[in-house]
Amino acid sequence: MTARDELPVQGEHQTLSRGHVGRADPRPNAKRLLQGRGVYIDDLRLPRLAHVVFVRSPHAHARIVSIDSSRARRSPGIIAVFDGPAIAQVCKPWVGVLGHLKGIRSPTQYPLAMERACWQGEPVVAIVGETRAEAEDARDLVEIQWEPLPVLVDMEAALAGLPVLHPELGDNICFERTVDTGDIDAIFAAADLVVEETFHFGRHTGVCPEGRAILADYNPAEHSLTVHHATQAPHMIHDILARHLDIPEANVRVICHDVGGAYGIKVHVYPDEMCTAAVSMLVRRPVKFQADRMESFVSDIHAREHKATVRLAATRDGRILGFDLRDLTAIGPYSVYPRTSGIEGNQVVNLTGGPYRHSHYRARMHAVFTNKNVTCQYRAVGHPIAVAITEGIVDLAAQRLSIDPVEFRRRNLIPDDAYPYAFPSGIRFEKLSHHQCLDKLLELMDYEALRADQARARERGCYRGIGLAAMIEVTNPSAAFYGVGGARISSQDGATLRLEPTGALTVLCSVTEQGQGTETVFAQIAADTVGVSMDKVRVITGDTATTPYGGGTWGSRGAGIGGEAVLQSGRALRANILDAAAAILACDRATLDVADDAVIDRLTLRSLLTLAELGRSCYYRPDTLPAGFQSELMVTRHYVPRDYAFAFTNGIQASWVEVDIDTGFVKLLGHWCVEDCGTVINPLLVDEQLRGGVVQGLGAALFEECRYDQEGQMLNAQLGDYLVPMAGEMPDIVCGHVQTPTRTSELGAKGAGEAGTAGAPAAVMNAINDALAPLAARVTVQPFTPERILAALGRV
Amino acid sequence: MPLPEAEICLTVNGQVVRKRVEPRQHLVDFLREALDLTGSHLGCEHGVCGACTVRVDGRIVRGCLMLAVQADGRSVETIEGVSDSGELADLQHAFHQRNALQCGFCTPGMLLCAGELLATSPSATREEIREHISGNYCRCTGYQAIVDAIETTLASRRATAGASEA
Amino acid sequence: MKPSAFDYVRVASVEEALAHLTELGDRARLIAGGQTLMATLNMRLSAPELLVDISRIPGLSGIRLNGSTVTIGALTTHREIERSPLVAQHLPLLAQAAPQIAHAAIRNSGTIGGSVAFADPAAEWPACCVALDATIVIQGPAGGRRVRARTFFRNLYETDLTPTDILVAIEFPVTPLARRSVFLELSRRRGDYAIVGLALLARPAEGLLHEVALAYVGAGPVPMLARQAMAALEGRAPAASVMQAARAALAHDLQPGSDLYTSAATRQHLAGVLLDRAVTQLLSGGAAPHAIA
Repeated sequence: MTARDELPVQGEHQTLSRGHVGRADPRPNAKRLLQGRGVYIDDLRLPRLAHVVFVRSPHAHARIVSIDSSRARRSPGIIAVFDGPAIAQVCKPWVGVLGHLKGIRSPTQYPLAMERACWQGEPVVAIVGETRAEAEDARDLVEIQWEPLPVLVDMEAALAGLPVLHPELGDNICFERTVDTGDIDAIFAAADLVVEETFHFGRHTGVCPEGRAILADYNPAEHSLTVHHATQAPHMIHDILARHLDIPEANVRVICHDVGGAYGIKVHVYPDEMCTAAVSMLVRRPVKFQADRMESFVSDIHAREHKATVRLAATRDGRILGFDLRDLTAIGPYSVYPRTSGIEGNQVVNLTGGPYRHSHYRARMHAVFTNKNVTCQYRAVGHPIAVAITEGIVDLAAQRLSIDPVEFRRRNLIPDDAYPYAFPSGIRFEKLSHHQCLDKLLELMDYEALRADQARARERGCYRGIGLAAMIEVTNPSAAFYGVGGARISSQDGATLRLEPTGALTVLCSVTEQGQGTETVFAQIAADTVGVSMDKVRVITGDTATTPYGGGTWGSRGAGIGGEAVLQSGRALRANILDAAAAILACDRATLDVADDAVIDRLTLRSLLTLAELGRSCYYRPDTLPAGFQSELMVTRHYVPRDYAFAFTNGIQASWVEVDIDTGFVKLLGHWCVEDCGTVINPLLVDEQLRGGVVQGLGAALFEECRYDQEGQMLNAQLGDYLVPMAGEMPDIVCGHVQTPTRTSELGAKGAGEAGTAGAPAAVMNAINDALAPLAARVTVQPFTPERILAALGRV
Repeated sequence: MPLPEAEICLTVNGQVVRKRVEPRQHLVDFLREALDLTGSHLGCEHGVCGACTVRVDGRIVRGCLMLAVQADGRSVETIEGVSDSGELADLQHAFHQRNALQCGFCTPGMLLCAGELLATSPSATREEIREHISGNYCRCTGYQAIVDAIETTLASRRATAGASEA
Repeated sequence: MKPSAFDYVRVASVEEALAHLTELGDRARLIAGGQTLMATLNMRLSAPELLVDISRIPGLSGIRLNGSTVTIGALTTHREIERSPLVAQHLPLLAQAAPQIAHAAIRNSGTIGGSVAFADPAAEWPACCVALDATIVIQGPAGGRRVRARTFFRNLYETDLTPTDILVAIEFPVTPLARRSVFLELSRRRGDYAIVGLALLARPAEGLLHEVALAYVGAGPVPMLARQAMAALEGRAPAASVMQAARAALAHDLQPGSDLYTSAATRQHLAGVLLDRAVTQLLSGGAAPHAIA
């Protein structure tokens, strides 16, 4: 054996891991946040900054008879007041539809209401002041005469067209979708067992700690617009601002700073934010809009208001034959631009029954208009609904057949050796690991011990329950998600890597950071692929003037797509570094490698040339390099998944609860989450994504709901009444991983950011129902409040 | 009608500050707008989320539930002050190592809140930690990492105290 | 969410505060800890012309024992009560209730006087005052007066206080050594206003309950003294039939309302559940005044 053979075989086209990927590195960019030195939009200080506030409709549905803003205009510190028609002069309206969501419809939407307001909270008048307080003072002086119109809040009434909200559309159906693989009625008629259940899901909203925020800075001298924006998708916003405000694309720049939580809330086009940019053009000054908490509740997108009836057919021995779904969701008065409000319902249709082998599926979904706030994509879009529907009905079937829920799942989860696998509905899976995940979960939670504890507890009148929730999750979306429908939303992302003269490495990437750790995992990948240490890597994201073009952060795509772009870019840069080193050292390139911030001899592993020295030569003394050699120490690569529409991931969660049957209170005793997101780049960050996601799901299960009255008034539009999960009630969460890297990329990473949220509500629901089973009670209406549990128990 | 104003004089992070303020300005807006101390955040402005937690005369308060004029003559400490003094350096380090923050918006308030527990309950249990921070909203972490980081810091401070006593 | 403009004055004496109140009536508002008022100002639900800051009036803060009475100054914070050895020793009910009020940062600022004067029936202190048969000490333009807590709370957010009155202190009779107390509440998250809660005091002797006092949080427009349930328990052993009678009596004693998440019927049911639990807890220990060391 030669010495060369003993070397690790690391050809140019293999990942040269030097141990950063897979390591639990803390986030370098978190240090400033720990000292209060982060910069959120509200922290920016610009000369002549003006503040905009909005008069919002107090009515869910009303015609604007007149607006008198004369007193407001005369109020101290007021720069200008604008109504809908004034803003419409500057900003073109939009329609939130996509071509691939066949038949989806929505009326034209303007930044400010034009003739009528369609939900409580819709912006109607913009007031620009020297300070926020002065603008709010003037807001109290705007007088609007309203003519109330009939209010549509109920989904069923909306479906029936009673009344029709947008007469020009003829009915209230924004979007409907049907899937039918055939023969359902016959299959169900002949099945040994058919179970049916109706599940209700309360509306939620994201409650980002930092409200939505935008600071628009229009420069009339250049006809240019710089927008500092708390957004997940700066290039999308860039494109939309340019087109709707009629500013050349090259004159627009969108910059993200630190973002105080987003979770899908900050990836949409909001009328008040578009209005802020228009206002900056009109007053020719920088203008800031910072949503306060109360207006956030009625203007941030909502999500998840569904009523779903599902049937499952199975054989006597516990084999699932098929699912039959009827889903109804209310999306507010407009489909949100540009992603539409049809995706959530679409996902419910796509994902229901997802983890289980079955041959028959029928689904019918309607998304209808109502006079509540708009809904759109929020963390785990559609998944929490689909998983709860599926896992709820699966548990019910297992119970009816007297089969342990674990055993029932073993019999029906798609076998780990069945891939590639396709559902009759057309969904394709590259490779999933349901059974491995289930095994790992049972081991982590010690299922048998919990069952024994449960039996002992029942003997003393204490009702504990175990709930499982298996799931599939859409991650790494390709152009199939939005692009094919005509949305100008990039599914590809780019990464630029530049070796600096000091040997430092600068990474610019189109994926953005809101605290998930995007920049850290990119640094890890870049460090490994190029051969530098982590402390030499600086990552820059969130600036459309400097980063490559890309989609940003949403749909659990950042690490999988952005990370692969970084990997490919790193590989290309390393090749260029070797070219330069070979030129400098006048040796065979094949004998060289890069490791630990230096070019090394592959045989001896001795450092031959530090990257700092290489950088110095290439940038400052190119005269010393061989004639005709030009170094290229900055490279850009892009990546988009092409083989599959999505990289599906899978996972399973378990919840362990105690239900106080006298009070209806649920105590979360434990929670476990096993997830297969492919290559784990940073276990510390992945686990905290899972935990944070789980807790968002626990909030959905137990606390969160936007409550509306029949007049379309949100009754709990403040943080004292809209209950978010707090530290006191949340359990510790045990995380586990199975790693099945996707072969659609070299990195092999799939998404992980939404899994926790997707599965947790179903696990809690099943756990509560397991606890209540001896009392013949069931709950199916989320959130599971004490009141609802007591009602199910017949106690009240 | 001219808006009422008041002159206040207080100590902020050890420095004496004299300013004219509108009585209606709450303490966090004063710190952020008049002094550019932007580390204290406005999360809800109605006393629920804890993102604006600062210290007044050594005790944590909701900065949005106190007027700047009420802080006249008092000593106010913010995340900038305690970071520069190094008083919470161990806690900040534990947060960093444990990834007990993501977006970071709640973090300054969370640190100051936890700091009071470190000072007053050196042997707090996990349950007591959760209880103590139960008024500080974090949407990203699910709280467990925060509880871990506080628990770690309590343990290391106890170890240090034990060692110095020995 | 910025408050409307208002003027502000910090007063050094009760008399000075009363002068402002007398001049402006309900156009002036008192501020002490501000933990409720500030939120309503930020939301512009309240827009006074003048805020009268009483938080630094000397002598209105502190906890003093005087014979068989503990006097707590109106400006005493929840935190001071929570940490007070005097309270732990003589008024264990207050020590039990204090940690259940909101969160640490709120307890550092909020005052007992503010809480009692605001008279939120879902708050802890009003029910404790009623259970302990405390006396509210009030100063008005015409001088001072004392009002029993059991008549002080008149209706929802309505008390014996007029717009020109100031609550200056609360007097609590020291809880006798043999009397135990329990404070229980059901809130969905720690620190939230309770769905329903109760303060129970009784002297157990040979299995019988004596000197029973029972006041409810969140079970009516005011803190509700459950007189009929008290009578049902008084002098009896809490056997199943007695407890059933006491729970049934709560239907007469309480007038729970419905809110966003909980119906009146559920509150009524939960009030009964809490009664059972409180009695069990009281008999198995509860908190007793400390023997004087």
